[in-house]
Amino acid sequence: MIIQDKIREAVRSLLREKRVDLVIAHEMGTLPLRATPCFATEPGDAERIVWDPSCSVNLAAFLQNRKGKVGLVAKSCEARAALVMAAEHQFPRENLVILSAPCQGVVDVKKVQRRFGGREILAAKIEGDKIIFKGKDFQESLPLTQFLCDSCLECRHPNPVLNPSRDVLVEEGSPVAPTQADAAKIIELEKKTPDERWSYFVDQFKDCIGCNACREVCPICYCNECFADQTAPRWVGKSGDASDVLVFHLVRTLHMAGRCVDCGACSRACPMNIDVRMLTKKMEKDARELFAADPGMKEGEAEALATFSEKDPQEFIM
Amino acid sequence: MTGAADHTGEPVATAAWEPKIVAFLCNWCSYAGADLAGTSRIQYLPNIRVIRVPCSGRVDPLFIVKALQIGADGVLVAGCHPGDCHYISGNLLARRRFALLKRLLEYVGVEEGRVNFAWVSASEGGKFSDVVGEVVARVKALGPARRLIARTSKPEESS
Repeated sequence: MIIQDKIREAVRSLLREKRVDLVIAHEMGTLPLRATPCFATEPGDAERIVWDPSCSVNLAAFLQNRKGKVGLVAKSCEARAALVMAAEHQFPRENLVILSAPCQGVVDVKKVQRRFGGREILAAKIEGDKIIFKGKDFQESLPLTQFLCDSCLECRHPNPVLNPSRDVLVEEGSPVAPTQADAAKIIELEKKTPDERWSYFVDQFKDCIGCNACREVCPICYCNECFADQTAPRWVGKSGDASDVLVFHLVRTLHMAGRCVDCGACSRACPMNIDVRMLTKKMEKDARELFAADPGMKEGEAEALATFSEKDPQEFIM
Repeated sequence: MTGAADHTGEPVATAAWEPKIVAFLCNWCSYAGADLAGTSRIQYLPNIRVIRVPCSGRVDPLFIVKALQIGADGVLVAGCHPGDCHYISGNLLARRRFALLKRLLEYVGVEEGRVNFAWVSASEGGKFSDVVGEVVARVKALGPARRLIARTSKPEESS
């Protein structure tokens, strides 16, 4: 793992030179293919840092209101989320050093579970473009791309966009084309009738238990008080009524408009296997189509909905 | 009046059914436009329930979704024409929001025509009446709202 070593080295020198007080990164978790967040404060902590497709948490979520200088070992999507947050004054940009490298995507553990249908994976090792799975009485080597998240397969910016005077790019990226057509599932669904689409969403979201994991893992969903938690007025009921569930997800999606970096963390976090991204990705796609929104690609840029153009489409207005 | 319900609990359009439409009107243009329709003795359909807002930019998409959830058959948001906003650009910010909201609602299966947007100036009493007529016609063609309605909402009792 050459990139991982380079990242460890960069973190070590950042901490040794006291350019940052803390580095947020991933380290090995207790479950296979699930790296866990790691908070490194001493140069020696750099040894724990992991950089591979098991790093599936969006670490930008840990940046809000953090004091002191922070280093963030970030994939491109995390770096973009961090820039969106900085542009929205969630922390001072000058306190943040992003360490990044080209990303090959992260593993969707649900795809693994589906592939192995209930058989327990005791260990998994990522080797190049293959994952070697080990269970009680089996061992299988399968291509990594089979298990990458949809958001990663569709990723348009696998190479981070950094500020060279501030950030550390440990390895230059080479242009990578997305493996999967952009928003393929959404375009497919858009072709169906309103009745079919409604049934799809009612069916998808009927399992929602309102745990708010999608909201909690999202770096962009950082409001101190979510509209869904307000009680006067109570916008969203807590009954689990299908309509309340959909109102929550629809309005959350609307709040992501022009801000969502499509990291896919919401879908990965859902314990009920709801494809939350069917809503957020649709919003990302529409904001891009209508307003050329590409959040986090430019430092300090206002989000698409905080600005306007006189030429914005309005053929839908009477 | 809301429609009667069939054996599945789904509302159905009856002959007497008239749609209920929530209309968010901006204080400076569209509300004054509605006022002008009144003072000019221009009739418009009585299906709208007006909520006066300071600006179309005040209309949070949540208000629209919530109106549908508690049983509105349709929603109309009307504000000043681009360039006329009392707050310079409230309507232009709203325009972006509404464009995305409309696409998202239609994407999840809320029928096109339930949620409507219009620019109505203070001098357009005639246009206000036409817009209301058009919105009522669209919603009537769709029938009573069936989607996104909270099971717990009983619009009939609360009115």
